Amino acid sequence: MASSDSATAPADHKRPRGLASFLRSQMRNIAPFLTLIFLSAFFAIASPSFATIDNVGNILTQVSVTGIIAVGLTFVILCAEIDLSIASIANVTGIAVAYFTLQESYVNIANVPMPGIVAILLALALCALLGLVNALGLTMIGIPSFIMTLAMMQIAAGVSALLVRGQIAYKVPDLITTLGSGSIGGIPWIVIVAAIMLLGGHLVLTYTRFGRYVYMVGGNREAAEFAGLNVKLILGSVMVISAVCSGIGGMLGVAHFGSAQQNEFDTYLLDSIAAVVVGGTSLFGGRGGIGNTVVGLFVLGVLNNGLDHVNIDSFLKILIRGLILLAALIINVYAQRLREQTAD
Amino acid sequence: MSQGRSAILELNQITKAFGGVEALRGVDFALHAGEIHGLVGENGAGKSTLMKIIAGVHPEFSGRFMLDGKETRFRSTRDAHAAGIGMVHQELSVAPDLTVAENVFLGNQPTNRLGFVQWRRMAREAGEQLARFGIDVDPMTRLGDLPIGLQQLIEIARVLFSGARIIILDEPTSALSPPEVERLFTTLHKLRDEGTSIVFISHFIEDILRVSDVVTVFRNGRKIAETASADTTKGALIEAMIGRGGEALEHSYTDDLMLPESGGGSAVLKVDQLSLGRTLQDVSFEARAGEVLGIYGFMGCGQLELSRILFGKLRPDGGTLAVDGAAKTFRSTAAARRAGVALVPESRRAMLFHQEPVYKNISISILDRISALLLKPVRERAIAQRQVEQLQIRPPVVGLDLGMLSGGNQQKVALAKWLTYPPRLLVLCEPTRGMDVGAKNDVINIVRDLRAKGLAIIVLSTEPETVLSLADRILVLKRGAVVREFAGEAVSKDRLLEAA
Repeated sequence: MASSDSATAPADHKRPRGLASFLRSQMRNIAPFLTLIFLSAFFAIASPSFATIDNVGNILTQVSVTGIIAVGLTFVILCAEIDLSIASIANVTGIAVAYFTLQESYVNIANVPMPGIVAILLALALCALLGLVNALGLTMIGIPSFIMTLAMMQIAAGVSALLVRGQIAYKVPDLITTLGSGSIGGIPWIVIVAAIMLLGGHLVLTYTRFGRYVYMVGGNREAAEFAGLNVKLILGSVMVISAVCSGIGGMLGVAHFGSAQQNEFDTYLLDSIAAVVVGGTSLFGGRGGIGNTVVGLFVLGVLNNGLDHVNIDSFLKILIRGLILLAALIINVYAQRLREQTAD
Repeated sequence: MSQGRSAILELNQITKAFGGVEALRGVDFALHAGEIHGLVGENGAGKSTLMKIIAGVHPEFSGRFMLDGKETRFRSTRDAHAAGIGMVHQELSVAPDLTVAENVFLGNQPTNRLGFVQWRRMAREAGEQLARFGIDVDPMTRLGDLPIGLQQLIEIARVLFSGARIIILDEPTSALSPPEVERLFTTLHKLRDEGTSIVFISHFIEDILRVSDVVTVFRNGRKIAETASADTTKGALIEAMIGRGGEALEHSYTDDLMLPESGGGSAVLKVDQLSLGRTLQDVSFEARAGEVLGIYGFMGCGQLELSRILFGKLRPDGGTLAVDGAAKTFRSTAAARRAGVALVPESRRAMLFHQEPVYKNISISILDRISALLLKPVRERAIAQRQVEQLQIRPPVVGLDLGMLSGGNQQKVALAKWLTYPPRLLVLCEPTRGMDVGAKNDVINIVRDLRAKGLAIIVLSTEPETVLSLADRILVLKRGAVVREFAGEAVSKDRLLEAA
C-alpha cells in the first residue's frame, strides 16, 4: 500500500499531526498502559490488601521468572518469529543444574555432582545448545520457528524426563539458591536479576547495532537481506538469546520453588508470550520492545495477584486471563492496521 | 467519443488526505460509457489515489461520488466489485501457487449445486477467455511458473473478462513486451466498442495517446487539464504534468545514439559461463570501473535472477564470478556487500522499511562502518541529511517515516543507502521504473556522478529508454542468454527491440 504514488504531495515539508493521529500511532504503547492503570485501580478499590508495599513486593517476585524468560522472547517476537520451547528449555536447564549438584541421599536420581560453578556453566551450555539447534533448524534447514520450537519443546521435555525419571531434586548450587530465593536489604535477588536482565535487553535493543538489526529484520526481512544484512545470523542469534534467557529463568525458578521436577514450568510458556504480546510488541515484528514487555508483565502480574485478593472463583480466573489475552491480541492487530493506515 | 452522453461515474470536489497530507484537492472527474480515459501525472500527483477511491480501496474521503446518477459510497472493494468496477493494481496481485484457471476465476469459481468447484468447466472457460486475449497456456499450470509478463497479462485478463463495466488499469504495461501491449490495446478497444468504460494510467505517454479517447492531467493532487487525445501532443501533456518546458526533458530515443568507443578502465566484475536452471545459460560478461553497463531484455529474460546472483541472494548452478580479479562464491548478501557489491532491486517494497524513518533506511547498509557496538544516531542523521540534500529528496526531513514519501523519493532513498561509502560495483534493477520525468533525470545524474567516481555500474531494465539513457555499453539478454552486445556503435530503441 505504502509504495504507491499516493503518499505525499511533495510540497509539504512537515507532517502536520493532530493529537488524534498521534494517539492512534501510539495506541500500541498506550493501550497496555491504560489497562495496567485500570486493573491496578480496580483491585485497589476492590481489596484493601492489594495496594500495600508488601503486595507490590509479592507481585514483583511473582513476575520475575516470567520476566527473565520474556526478555529473550521479546527479541524473537520482534523478529516476527516465535519460540514455543521457552518453558521446556527453562525446565530442562533447571533440572540440569540440579542434576550436576550433589543431592541428599534420599533423592533417588543417578546424578553427576560437580562443583557449583561447573554445574551452572554446564546448564547454561545445555540451554545454549538447544537454542542453537532451534537456530539451525530455522535458518539452515528452513523449518518455520513455530514448528521447529514445537519439536524442541518435546525434545527438551524428553531430556528433562530422562534426567529426573519422575523423581524430584532439591539441591542447586549455592549461587543459584541465593539468586533464586535469597534477598538483600529486603529486596529478593530474583527481582534484581529480572530487573537487570530486562534493562540489559532494553539497552541492547535500543542502543546497539545488533538491536537495530533485530528491528529491521522484523520490520521487513526481505529489505534487510537486500541491505546486505546477514539475516540468518540475526535470526539464529535471537533464538539462542531466547533459549539462554529461558535457561537462566529456569535455574532461578528451580531455586525459587525449592525443587526441580518435570512439567514445573508449563504455565510459563503462555505467561511469557502473553506478557510480550499484552505489552504491545507486534506479532508481525519490528514494533515494540522491552518497555512494552515490562508493562505486559505488570498487567499479567497485577491480574493474577489481584484476582487472588478479591476472592473470586479460582476456576473463573483462567477464563478471565484468556479473555484479557484475547483483548490484547485484538488491540495488537488493530494497532498494526492503524499504523499501516497512518503510514500509507 | 463520449461527448453528449451522460456520465456513468461522476466525482465532484474529491479531497483525500493521508496523515494530514492532502493527496487530492477538490478533484472533479467524470467517466462516460464506452470511453477510454487516460490519466497522466507525476508520481504523487494523485492518480492512483483517485482510482483507489473509485475501486473502494479508500472508503474515507470528502466530496460527492455519483454512480449512474445516484450518490454512492463504497465501504470496501467488495462494494465496488458488486457495482461492476474492476481494477488492476500497479503491483502484481496474483496467487502464484494456484493454477492459471483458479487465478482467472479467483473469488468466483464455477460450482455445482453442492458447492463443489467444477474444475473441468473452469479450466475450459479460462482457456477460452485467455485465447480470446491471445494467450495460449495450459489453464492448469501453476501461475508462478510462468514469466512475470504473462502473469501480468493473466491478471489483466481476469479483470477484463470479469464482466466489470468500469475497468481501471494502473500501469498495466510496465512488464509487457511490445507485441503483448499491442494485444492489450486491441482488446481494450474491442471492450470499449462494446460499451465498457476504461481508465488507463501510464507513464508511457505514447501509449496513453494511442489507446485513450480522453486524457486527464494531474499535478500535485489537482486536476490540471482534460482534453480529447486527438487534440493534444506528448509535449503538451508533459508540460502540463510537470508545469515547465517538458520537451527537452523527455528524450524519445527513436534516433540513433552513439555509444562511446571504449568505455571504462579495469574490469571490476568478471562473470564467466554463469547458468541457473532454465533461466540463465552460459552468461559471460565483465563490468568495468567508470562505465555503465546496460543489460536489456524483456520481462522474464533472466535479468532479475542475474542481479540476485551478483548480490549473493541466489546461487548459480554453474559458472564463476570474480570481483577485482578474485573469484567469489557469495554465501549471503552480507558477503556480497563486504566484497563491494551493492544492489538496488526493482521493487520498493522489497528494499525499504516503510515504517522506519528515512535516516534508518539510509544508514542500514553502513551501520557496521559507523558503529562497532553502540549506535551513533547523531552521526547517522548527519550522514542521512547529507544524502537527502545531495539527492534532493523531498521532503528533506530525515526523521520522517519512509512511508510518507512519494514513490520517486523512496527510490532515491534506496539509492542513497549505498552512496556514503560507495561500493565497487553497483547493480541497479529498473532504477527509473514508475518515476516521473523530473525524478528520472535526477537518477540519471546521480548515476553519471557515480560513474565519474570510478564505480562499475550495471543497469538492468526492461525499458529500452532506461538502458539507453544510462548505459555506455549494452548487452541484450534473451531467454537467459546474451544475444547481442552494443559497444562503440550506434544504437536506438528500434535496434534494441529488434535484438531482444
